Amino acid sequence: MSSLLSWYIIFIVAINIIGCVALLYFTRKKKAIAAENETTGHVYDGIEEYDKPMPRWWLIMFYITIVFGVIYLVLYPGLGAYQGVLGWSQEGQYEEQVADADARYLPLFREFAAVPIEELLDEPRALKMGQTIFVNTCFGCHGSDARGAPGYPNLTDDAWLYGGHPEAIKTSIAKGRMGVMTGWKDALGDDGLRDVTNYVLSLNEVERRFDRDLASQGESQYQQICAACHGPDGKGNQALGAPDLTDAIWLYGGSYNLIRDTIAYGRQGVMPAHDEILSPEKIHLVAAYVYSLSHEQADASAESGEEEP
Amino acid sequence: MSELKSDTYSYKVIRQFAIMTVVWGIVGMAVGVLIAAQLLWPELNFDIPWLSYGRLRPLHTNAVIFAFGGSALIGTSLYVVQRTCHTRLFSDGLASFVFWGWQLVIVLAAITLPMGLTSTKEYAELEWPIDILIAVVWVAYAVLYFGTIVRRRTSHIYVANWFYGAFIITIALLHIVNSAAIPVNLTTWKSYSVYAGAVDAMVQWWYGHNAVGFYLTAGFLGMMYYFVPKQANRPVFSYRLSIVHFWALIAIYMWAGPHHLHYSSLPDWAQSVGMVFSIILLAPSWGGMINGIMTLSGAWEKLRTDPIIKFLIVSLSFYGMSTFEGPMMSIKTVNALSHNTDWTVGHVHAGALGWVAMISIGAMYAMIPPLFGKIKMYSIRMINWHFWISTIGVVLYISAMWIAGVTQGLMWRAVNEDGTLTYSFVEALQATYPYYAIRLLGGFLFLGGMFLMAYNVWRTVRNPQPVDTRIPAPVV
Repeated sequence: MSSLLSWYIIFIVAINIIGCVALLYFTRKKKAIAAENETTGHVYDGIEEYDKPMPRWWLIMFYITIVFGVIYLVLYPGLGAYQGVLGWSQEGQYEEQVADADARYLPLFREFAAVPIEELLDEPRALKMGQTIFVNTCFGCHGSDARGAPGYPNLTDDAWLYGGHPEAIKTSIAKGRMGVMTGWKDALGDDGLRDVTNYVLSLNEVERRFDRDLASQGESQYQQICAACHGPDGKGNQALGAPDLTDAIWLYGGSYNLIRDTIAYGRQGVMPAHDEILSPEKIHLVAAYVYSLSHEQADASAESGEEEP
Repeated sequence: MSELKSDTYSYKVIRQFAIMTVVWGIVGMAVGVLIAAQLLWPELNFDIPWLSYGRLRPLHTNAVIFAFGGSALIGTSLYVVQRTCHTRLFSDGLASFVFWGWQLVIVLAAITLPMGLTSTKEYAELEWPIDILIAVVWVAYAVLYFGTIVRRRTSHIYVANWFYGAFIITIALLHIVNSAAIPVNLTTWKSYSVYAGAVDAMVQWWYGHNAVGFYLTAGFLGMMYYFVPKQANRPVFSYRLSIVHFWALIAIYMWAGPHHLHYSSLPDWAQSVGMVFSIILLAPSWGGMINGIMTLSGAWEKLRTDPIIKFLIVSLSFYGMSTFEGPMMSIKTVNALSHNTDWTVGHVHAGALGWVAMISIGAMYAMIPPLFGKIKMYSIRMINWHFWISTIGVVLYISAMWIAGVTQGLMWRAVNEDGTLTYSFVEALQATYPYYAIRLLGGFLFLGGMFLMAYNVWRTVRNPQPVDTRIPAPVV
């Protein structure tokens, strides 16, 4: 801040506060008002005005707030570039609180961060912490129950766009993902769209209604255009984030019309990077929680599998 | 029978504004009730874009502030300036332009906001063509108002006119500075603000808080300074107090805007200065309440017998309450809890329903009979009912929002032993849910009261033979 601006701020703040004091001082009760019930003598549309003294408690309250204000401006930044006796700043307060929280909580976070994610499945406390971070950070897209929404993956099932290994999940959280499918309307034309949509439906392991003839017409176009990412068998490719087209999971909707729209106009899915929002320890815990959503059951059945025979 | 036109007050434009105050009050509050219901039942937007919450919320705020509040302010100011200056409006043509211009602004707002045309500045959402129209109409209003003051037949200018005058001048300044924008499209009316970043935020809240200070406070204090002593038939309590609190109020309000931007990218010094002046603002704000309520001293029994006095005096109590609450909420520590919660919504409605709407309703009940050549309203009992229904409505509304707001603030900041947050956002929302229902009930009651008023006004003015009141000679 330039010193000119600083002095300007100090000047107008001071003028305003001094102005208030002066206003109160010069209008204070001069000489005892002889007759309190005398009016000013003005009459407007029948309305008259008394000139009673200002209530004492009100004046005192006014002065107290002014004194408070002056003390505050001495202690805290306010008067231009002057930082205040306490040297307070909002950045300073923030850093202090972060340092305080780190001192109290970081050891526990570090302790869990050192444990591999697979082993954290046996740490209910770590999973609970991961869940708490999840429901305050990720809920906007994936939902508080992590079941997602159209365009936002369900994290509780076994289908993974970019892989369901702990490291892949951590990378998705920390660095984000960009899922881009281009639109093929111009390349395929209306008939081509219809054929390929039918072919995609025919790939699905779930019984779908489709036209067999159109589907076989669409196969060659699928193999030319779509197979590069989704694979010749439609099983997808996790290295690219290309979804498996043979399962029952449809990120953008699985109706004939929605699949055709996806092929025609493409899709863009963005998961933002969180490494600037969450510390590495927190990302580790969130990843453990997300991992646990689809692995709890597997472990339980594995355990019971061991016990049963 | 053969009275000269210049012997009478110019009442036509005021009758128009008075009726539209009731009409826009119902429209604006009905939209408010609808969006309050949408918070409980989101399906009530019927999947129609124009009925979605995000578009109706600015319609609600614009309708109640500028359509309802604006009609009440412009109407009463043109009434009060004539009556207290003992003179006729200086131009009937200009008065007519102000009325129709202002109604056009409102209609354009009601069309463009649901269409999603918005500058995105809160309480200044209207796009530039409407902004230009507002500026033109407002300047015409200022010329009409001050032109009439110039023609006054009294030696002094009555205090109500200082407040109305400050309101008119400041709103012109605020509106023109904050709405400065560069149009980028002539068909969609899209524009971009000339300000950017923290400067934009500061200009916006300089505007926003002074809209509260000069539009919703100074303007309505002007209304109070005429209708309270008139209705109570008592002299104003203290001329001295009115001078002191007027000058202190208009000098200090200008500073308070930054308290909307605590703990933001606004520099620390601006936040502190905003907070300090917000606290100093307490006494000047209360000056108006004291002057209003104490005017009734010696005639307290009217609080029992005259429901119009009830409206006026209770509105001053709500005014005192929210101007105490405001400085408290401007303190950084309190603001850290209240910011972004429904507490703010409750605070605003304590002012908007309790103060602004109730003083306007009281003023309309006092002003409509003389405007239409009647002795009194059609039914005084109905005014009494209106008073109780709306008071219960306000109390339900603001207490629900206080509890909801403090609950949200506490739940958002609650931390577990391990340092993670105790509640998810959705849990706080769930905890708020019952209070949204109480809020809806409160708003519904207030709206119901307005329908009662509309009926009462209709019966009062039905088959009217309006008489323009003769101007009494000033007392010299």
